[in-house]
Amino acid sequence: MIAFLKLLFRNRLAAAGALVLTAIVLVVLLTPVLPLQNPDATATADRFQKPFSQGHLLGTDHLGRDLLSRLLHGTRLSLAVGVAAALIAATIGSAIGIVAGYFGGRIDNVIMRGVDMLMAFPYILLALAIVAALGPGLMNALIAVAAVNVPFFARNIRGVTVGLAGREFIDAARLAGMGHSRIILTELLPNVLPVIIIAMSTTVGWMILETAGLSFLGLGSQPPQADLGSMLGEARSALISHPHTSVVPGLMIFLIVMSINLLGDGVRDALDPRLKSGALSRPRATTLVDRKGDIPERTDDLLAIQELETEFRVGRRTYRAVGGVTLSVRPGECLGVIGESGSGKSVTALSVMGLVASPPGVIAGGAVRFQGEDLVGAPYETLRQKRGDRVAYIFQDPLSTLHPLYRVGRQLAEAIQSHHRISDRQARDRAIGLLRDVRIPNPESRIDNYPHEMSGGMRQRVGIAMALANEPDVIIADEPTTALDVTVQAQILSLLQDLRRDRGLAIIFITHDFGVVGQLCDRLAVMYAGRIVEEGPTDDVLESPAHPYTARLIACVPELGGGRRELAAIPGLPPVVDDLPPGCAFAPRCDKAQAACRQGVIPLEGQDTRAVRCLYPETDLSGKEVAR
Amino acid sequence: MTALKVENLAKTFALKKPLFGAAGPGVRAVRPMSFSVETGETLGVVGESGCGKSTLARMLVGLLEPSEGVIEIEGRALDTADPAAFGRLIQYVFQDPQSSLNPRKTIRQVVESPLRRLYRMSASDREKRIGEIFASVNLREDFLDRYPHEFSGGQAQRIGIARALAADPRIIILDEPVSALDVSVQAQVLNLLADLKAQFGLTYLFITHDLAVVEAVSDRIVVLYFGAVVEIGKAEKIFSAPRHPYTRLLAESAPKVGRALEAPEQKDTELPDPLNPPPGCAFAGRCPRATALCREKDPPLEQMGEDQFAACHHPLDT
Repeated sequence: MIAFLKLLFRNRLAAAGALVLTAIVLVVLLTPVLPLQNPDATATADRFQKPFSQGHLLGTDHLGRDLLSRLLHGTRLSLAVGVAAALIAATIGSAIGIVAGYFGGRIDNVIMRGVDMLMAFPYILLALAIVAALGPGLMNALIAVAAVNVPFFARNIRGVTVGLAGREFIDAARLAGMGHSRIILTELLPNVLPVIIIAMSTTVGWMILETAGLSFLGLGSQPPQADLGSMLGEARSALISHPHTSVVPGLMIFLIVMSINLLGDGVRDALDPRLKSGALSRPRATTLVDRKGDIPERTDDLLAIQELETEFRVGRRTYRAVGGVTLSVRPGECLGVIGESGSGKSVTALSVMGLVASPPGVIAGGAVRFQGEDLVGAPYETLRQKRGDRVAYIFQDPLSTLHPLYRVGRQLAEAIQSHHRISDRQARDRAIGLLRDVRIPNPESRIDNYPHEMSGGMRQRVGIAMALANEPDVIIADEPTTALDVTVQAQILSLLQDLRRDRGLAIIFITHDFGVVGQLCDRLAVMYAGRIVEEGPTDDVLESPAHPYTARLIACVPELGGGRRELAAIPGLPPVVDDLPPGCAFAPRCDKAQAACRQGVIPLEGQDTRAVRCLYPETDLSGKEVAR
Repeated sequence: MTALKVENLAKTFALKKPLFGAAGPGVRAVRPMSFSVETGETLGVVGESGCGKSTLARMLVGLLEPSEGVIEIEGRALDTADPAAFGRLIQYVFQDPQSSLNPRKTIRQVVESPLRRLYRMSASDREKRIGEIFASVNLREDFLDRYPHEFSGGQAQRIGIARALAADPRIIILDEPVSALDVSVQAQVLNLLADLKAQFGLTYLFITHDLAVVEAVSDRIVVLYFGAVVEIGKAEKIFSAPRHPYTRLLAESAPKVGRALEAPEQKDTELPDPLNPPPGCAFAGRCPRATALCREKDPPLEQMGEDQFAACHHPLDT
């Protein structure tokens, strides 16, 4: 709750709205005890007194009634009616929406078509019809306004409920023996409540306006009772001669609605998990760079990641996702980067082309050199030209990386045309050629498919074709086969292998699967808690892992053909990277850890191609077993 | 004793009736299948996406009503699709541990609801029982008053298992219980499941797409393809000596250190279209051994070898 308020008041407009609204509500609540004149006492002799006149701070209206008193009483009534209407509409509308969304099928259909019919009338016409049927009066105006707004809530809440009703925890509740009404009340409602509050906060202002509108037309509050709408209505005839009688209630309506809307938007932004996570703050085109210390010298490698440090700065916390990683690839080489979730392998990959979302991502040190040129801190235009052209990415989920509304051919052509000036015709031919290269059958007709018309394996082939579109030198593949079935995975891996052989592509292959690495990669780097703990030729590392983490991780992975067995496990959990222990990050889970492991910085050391970050490695790096 | 017996169980999802004309024949997600699981056994179910393994699981726990067929648990037929009736006999552990826990309920509320609803236990009995369950899944009791988002994937999955155990079922359906977990944590959960099985005399149906995992934990394995059983056999034999060409394709596709990288299947094939199923064997389009017979007649599941069954006209030799 406190976190929510903090978040809410960080938004200055929402804070201002809250302030104004609180002031108005306080004054209005105190109105009965304030020394005000009777709002309905007429004094025709004093009619149309100017503001700041004797005894009447805001002047008087056409019957000589005190405007200040009428304004406060009127605001009180208007607010009460608006909020009541919102509560009624929210309760009825949400109930309808939850029931329709939860049961679905025929019930949903009947309810929602009824709601649609209600929505088909212009709202003011509907409200007029309701008031006409029930007769004028504030209570009837309230009913009309509430009824008119029920569909808004019903549709909103139904949409959210449909998404929630398919979630697994609802199935779990049914298996735990809960009935429908209990599921609705205890499982769905608490999850829908924030949405109801958001919808209410953004509609209360609107409902106050609608009530005022009905009163303005003479259908709401009846004289002499004052509410903001009727005050405006009565002042209308004197608008030119005595403008203050209209301006006073008009200004109050403006203040109330404006403050409620600003606060409502703030509440929505603070409650909505998507907006809360920073969807509103548009990420920059490249990752922020804030490098301290020296920039490493250039090397001869095709792509070299040197001492790279990438952090996420969230509030006062700094998550060191990548803590000094050095990697390199030569043409035609495949480097495997293996690690569990949170080990920093994906962030390393995204840092190469400055694709880490900023804020909160910051590259805090090191360099990324492509053919010797430092890409960290390079101008956006340099990076843009190299992205997809020299260094291309393949991501895990092709369904979320392909645009759902464009045909795949169009997307491929766009990838080519953003780097090369060629005609649409040529781009299309090239796209067909690419689809053929990734062995999509019948590419001439497949090119006009939308992504949803293809299977997962086919979509990933399109993703690879797109990465190949500009004949890059390096492909960074981030778990490209994790979402695929094994038979499809085998096809995709052999495709990557052929492309590498035929085109001399360098591949950085990020995965958590030792089997895949063993088949595809020449060299292997193992990451843990943002650092490389071991690297070397794939076969050597897999056969005689030097770091205890590598050894135990390999033991955790069951291999086909091993039969029924007890699996090895690593106790504990990987550390959170905002508070890494000194020394070896694996020490708390390692059964060989000594006091020395828990202090200082342990370097990545080794000979030739192999290196390990461990004081007591499993094998020394000439290949012999170390005595334990 | 037979813990779970399934006979001719099938599920067809009706298609929406178009504005004009009659509705199509529907999507046959699970074609009539029969198998049984002995008490104390772990039956592995493997297959690729779209093979009907999740539909099967949802029917077994009563979340979906079968189109035809019978589910028998310990000799008693369950004919209604009422999860509450199933709940005391058969429970379910979900794939995604986070999304199977209501984000706005404490762990206590989550674990306690089967005790309240299925057994109507008193508060003090519940407290005692939750303590026992949490001890058996290696979770501390001070987790009980926290919310799901505070837990890692492995912990959340253990909470999911605790919830399933709370219902004191005879059978637990494990639907990809470790797919969302990291390998180092995956082994913790698999070993816990093995311990619990021995401790409570449970029967497992273990659904997964990971061949190595299913081989490591199962007694017998069922291979599904396109909604039908293509092969059943002993876990230690089925992938080393498969009789159905699809089982062999699966086994050869699994990535393995030290095996040269080559696609076991060079043809660019896709799964058959469920809306327009091919006549005969569904695998015929991808099968190197397919003949005219395969494209006409659906092969029945036949015994091949001691306790191996396969549905193939031209089975592989062992």
